[in-house]
Amino acid sequence: MAVLTLLDAINQALDQKMAEDERVVVYGEDTGFEGGVFRVTAGLQKKYGEARVFDTPIAEAAITGSAIGMAINGLIPVAEIQFDGFVFPGMTEIVTHMARFRNRTRGAFGLPIVIRFPVGGGIRALEHHSESLETLLGHIPGLKVVIPSTPYDAKGLLVSAIEDPDPVIFMEPKRIYRAGKQEVPEDIYRIPLGKAKVVKEGKDVTVVAWGAIVREVEKAMKLLEEDNISVELIDLRTINPIDEETILNSVKKTGRFVVVQEAVKTYGPGAELISIVNGKAFLHLEAAPARVTGWDITVPLAKGENYHFVQPERIAAQIKKTAKF
Amino acid sequence: MLFKDYDPLKKKQLQILDPKGKIVNPDLEPKIKKEELLKMYKTMALGRVADIKALQYQRQGRMLTYPPNKGQEATQVGAISALEPTDWLSPAFRELNMFLYRGVSLETLYLYWYGNEWGNHMPKDSYVLPVNVIIGSQVTHAAGLAYASKVLKKNQVALATIGDGGTSHGEFYEGLNFAASYDAPLVVVIQNNQYAISTPRKKATKAETLAQKAVAFGIPGIQVDGNDILAMYVATKTAAEHARSGKGPVLIEAVTYRLGAHTTSDDPTIYRSNDEVAEWEKKDPLIRFKKYLIDKGYWSEEEDKKLEEENNTFVGESFKNVEKTGDADLLDIFKYTYKEMTSQLEEQYQEMKSFLEKGGK
Repeated sequence: MAVLTLLDAINQALDQKMAEDERVVVYGEDTGFEGGVFRVTAGLQKKYGEARVFDTPIAEAAITGSAIGMAINGLIPVAEIQFDGFVFPGMTEIVTHMARFRNRTRGAFGLPIVIRFPVGGGIRALEHHSESLETLLGHIPGLKVVIPSTPYDAKGLLVSAIEDPDPVIFMEPKRIYRAGKQEVPEDIYRIPLGKAKVVKEGKDVTVVAWGAIVREVEKAMKLLEEDNISVELIDLRTINPIDEETILNSVKKTGRFVVVQEAVKTYGPGAELISIVNGKAFLHLEAAPARVTGWDITVPLAKGENYHFVQPERIAAQIKKTAKF
Repeated sequence: MLFKDYDPLKKKQLQILDPKGKIVNPDLEPKIKKEELLKMYKTMALGRVADIKALQYQRQGRMLTYPPNKGQEATQVGAISALEPTDWLSPAFRELNMFLYRGVSLETLYLYWYGNEWGNHMPKDSYVLPVNVIIGSQVTHAAGLAYASKVLKKNQVALATIGDGGTSHGEFYEGLNFAASYDAPLVVVIQNNQYAISTPRKKATKAETLAQKAVAFGIPGIQVDGNDILAMYVATKTAAEHARSGKGPVLIEAVTYRLGAHTTSDDPTIYRSNDEVAEWEKKDPLIRFKKYLIDKGYWSEEEDKKLEEENNTFVGESFKNVEKTGDADLLDIFKYTYKEMTSQLEEQYQEMKSFLEKGGK
């Protein structure tokens, strides 16, 4: 079994789906010849040719809008948006058309599309390069939203996303593109969308996170080792649809719930998950559910970003508070 | 040759059939078979009646907001009839006659404006996308249809229609530029009906013509008398051949006029004069096409009268059938958000269903 980074695992998923299914096309700004600014698509154009792996003009609405036409006319587009913040000029198509076409036409046109882009902070980048957009996209009926946290999950989730009959927003936590390696099976495999994963079992507090933040929670758990607090860590993996069952089963066991997100606080997934827990596991709760989030501000540039991001210390402090509530 | 002769920077407009129904450009008169010409005319005639009656139904409170097509029939039918039946149409929302020509039933089309998404459930073999309300965005969809046609060697052209107002929108530029970059087989027809709701064309762009915008994309453009069905047919046919042969997109500006309101919510008397409308009524595309057909011996006033009566009855019956459909089914509004309902949606559906079953308690 090869040991791959998250970035390599995504490349392998694209490669294997392109080999398996001629309808799959991969494109975006600098995605073809160069292999993307992060090199996620490196080598694909050489292997599959310019018609199936190509560079586009810098025009995000054309990237997302053309995906709709391509999907209707027989292709499976996997379009790349270069950075999270650049999705906004393409949001018009994602929100007003892509998410709605199946419903608008009462099933005449379903859209098998994947829109991939790097998300989140932690690489000391320019403005618009560090955004966590799961709230905005998770809020749109008709879209599925996925964020992997490990190389193994990234490959299996992306394969499922490409095979999904509906549009999937595939968010890639750029901070951990190359941060760690993991054994990833060479063969193609699938991880179902909408299923969370229990990363570590525990009995005192349920903590839910996703993407790069799963690792931050793991760091927080190390800080808590001496406090004798047993954390059950769940990686949500899919923002929409939500795997309520895995979360509720855990909360019914621990009675305590903390959700951690890098996205800004208000109306975020944390609020949604807490609402689900309150509504469906209220009598099992022994503490007020809590969230650790980015603040309701514009993501600061490099010199200020650490105040905004959810650091292990801040996560650990909240877990402690919730455990001792 | 056509695109060279009518280079938009030469400020010429293609016309073959003048407002009086005379052929003014005999070299370019297309050889269209009688049956085809009659299909074109009958589509326009049905469209005209359906349009006028839709307005009446809306005024009677039986139909919701509706965007009239009156005056733009030649632009629409001339363009769509020049395509192969498997070429795609990516429309905006004022293309009633194009849908009809492609065999989408009037009941289906009315159903949409009656307030039911089943009116956008286009038959698979019609190769038309649904009504698109977001201005300009259909051009990028068409660019994608065209790109897929090219990669999968389907030999299809994608035709996008857009209003003059739509050419102010970013996706008009992004979509055409995208398709042109790959020589994808895209044709864009601008239905220049002179107004973006109330804003006249001249206030929306400094460009002298909309056709000349083609120059910047590096593609052919042509300005056409949009009330002349023969000119629209010839321009679109030539454009589709150009695109299909791998040479890339073409931009057609059809100069026409919306004789009705923007939608049933609009009052055009606020922003344009009766004299102006009267001038354009003289250029009515149906009058000149009928004259052409009669002169050719393909049609007569008697047949025309009979057709109008038939259309009146047919449209009336179609709308009655639509009114029988009533409210949407509860499951319908949940069921098509995804191929399979998510557990969250299933739960919400059950909640609403049981609320209704308990009599709303």
